[in-house]
Amino acid sequence: MSEPILTLDGLEKNFGALRVTDKVSLDVLPGEIHAVIGPNGAGKTTLIGQISGSLRPDKGRIVFAGHDVTQLSMDKRARAGLARSFQITTILPEFTARENVALAIQARQGHSFHFLKNVSKDEALNAEAGRYLTDLGLGNRADVHAGALSHGEKRSLEIAIALASEPKLLLLDEPMAGTGREETDRLVEILNRLKGRYAMMLVEHDMSAVFALADRISVLVYGAVVATGTPEEIRNDPKVREAYLGEEAA
Amino acid sequence: MTAVASDKQAVATPIFRARVLPAIILAAFALLPPLAMALDDSFLVFFAIRVMIFAIAAVSLALILGFGAMVSFGHAAYIGLGAYCVGILAENGIWEFYISLPVTLLVCGLFAAVTGAISLKTRGVYFIMITLAFGQMAFFTATSLSAYGGDDGLTIWGRTEVFGSSVLSDRTTFYYVVLAFLAGAWWLCATLVNSRFGRVLQGARQSEMRLQAIGIEPYTYRLVAFVIAGMLAGISGALLANAAEFVSPAYMTWHRSGDLIFMVVLGGLGSFAGAVLGATGYLVLEEVLSHVTEHWRLIFGPFLILVVLFARGGLMGLIPGGKRHE
Ligand SMILES: Nc1ncnc2c1ncn2[C@@H]1O[C@H](COP(=O)(O)OP(=O)(O)OP(=O)(O)O)[C@@H](O)[C@H]1O
Ligand SMILES: [Mg+2]
Repeated sequence: MSEPILTLDGLEKNFGALRVTDKVSLDVLPGEIHAVIGPNGAGKTTLIGQISGSLRPDKGRIVFAGHDVTQLSMDKRARAGLARSFQITTILPEFTARENVALAIQARQGHSFHFLKNVSKDEALNAEAGRYLTDLGLGNRADVHAGALSHGEKRSLEIAIALASEPKLLLLDEPMAGTGREETDRLVEILNRLKGRYAMMLVEHDMSAVFALADRISVLVYGAVVATGTPEEIRNDPKVREAYLGEEAA
Repeated sequence: MTAVASDKQAVATPIFRARVLPAIILAAFALLPPLAMALDDSFLVFFAIRVMIFAIAAVSLALILGFGAMVSFGHAAYIGLGAYCVGILAENGIWEFYISLPVTLLVCGLFAAVTGAISLKTRGVYFIMITLAFGQMAFFTATSLSAYGGDDGLTIWGRTEVFGSSVLSDRTTFYYVVLAFLAGAWWLCATLVNSRFGRVLQGARQSEMRLQAIGIEPYTYRLVAFVIAGMLAGISGALLANAAEFVSPAYMTWHRSGDLIFMVVLGGLGSFAGAVLGATGYLVLEEVLSHVTEHWRLIFGPFLILVVLFARGGLMGLIPGGKRHE
């Protein structure tokens, strides 16, 4: 079996008296989609935050692509190949969709201390940004201000931006949140297409999406991983049914 | 369908904003001296020099305030620093521009680098307060320079020289030199904003988290913009010292920093043409109102509040095609 691209080792995080991450150890293999599910407030977003670097764990280690990144800042981790999408849409609303993606490409290409050339006339950059947008079905919306896109389009743009970094690992925090059935199906299809090309950690409430996409699933309850396994194992795990799936399966 | 229509508008608008309007404004300034001559009104030229000098400072502030959301409340300090560089050098017998200009840039750049490095660790109101504090520090330092006039300021007995010649003493020549600096500062800032560097600066204004998530830490980019803005404002100070042949701590009071912010907001955030128009409008209003009544600030204050409240795009919002977004 190949080395995991990401390994979490005994991660702990408290907000005051509230334990949001409780000795979490799990890994993501290259090309794998590892889904993390759990009830509201289970600590999924906080976990993504610690992996991407916007939050610091109190204890434990994060090993990414063979390097301990626990102490690295968010931007350094991103440059090392960790891309994330946000549960609460985080795009640049005054920029066009294309400019949003172009900035991610620009960041991947190196520092941005280029002062004189007009970046909007950089045709290679614009074309490349256009390709990521087309992949996400936003090809004809490229030159619309991101703030004017529909909710579903904004969710897709989040993913296009993350992909434009050409990451080694994609952290997706509820990419389908708030989108309709049709939009969800479209995103599932897109992620299915990307499967194998990128390793992904997928946080998602939509169970049909999770079971359609995931190679493995971890269940987070009160900050702790109560089970990890294949979709089949998770579906049949009595602990999981009790703690989480029970309410929905019933 | 509506999306297509607004896309077209979005394409048409920047050309007016980026090319036509700046050309009109600069041409108007360029034609002013012959017009003033025809009208036999030398005050007009004198006044327009002052307007252009503050326009340079406003443009530099617009770079960090309008495009980087850095509300510096100490920007007048750079005007003062630039002016004192010229004044103190002159007092010591050094008049050459090839010394005073680099010294101005160096001093203002250093001051911006040091104070910016600290200020940019903070956000929002804290950033405003800390830049104000640094500005006041510069002000009080100037008042305590007893060898250079202290509170009373310092008269400069002449103007900066260009390789030994005193061409700048000719009002019309000086006028066009100031105009050239304005055009240069404007071009530089507009170019910066449209570059990769400018994208980062404007992206950081919208969401710092988003930038970090794609691998960009905005701090250094902001700092570089802050230093460039400081240096440009320093140039306006050096020009002001020449225009007035006088330097005083009054150039760097916090009132002046506030005036600069108002100029930028009055013109419309996110536009250099707006900053130039804002500086012009502000100084013209100040001039006119101060002739009408000595309590002109009583009228001026509420007027500015109304502009901020109701004309959110500032003067640029009133010009067709001048708005930032459709
Ligand atoms: N900055 C913070 N300070 C204090 N408590 C926080 C903070 N951020 C999150 N929490 C709390 O930590 C817990 C875990 O939050 P988190 O957002 O990680 O949950 P989640 O699993 O992503 O939930 P959801 O499914 O609703 O997105 C919640 O109880 C939340 O209120
Ligand atoms: Mg969450």
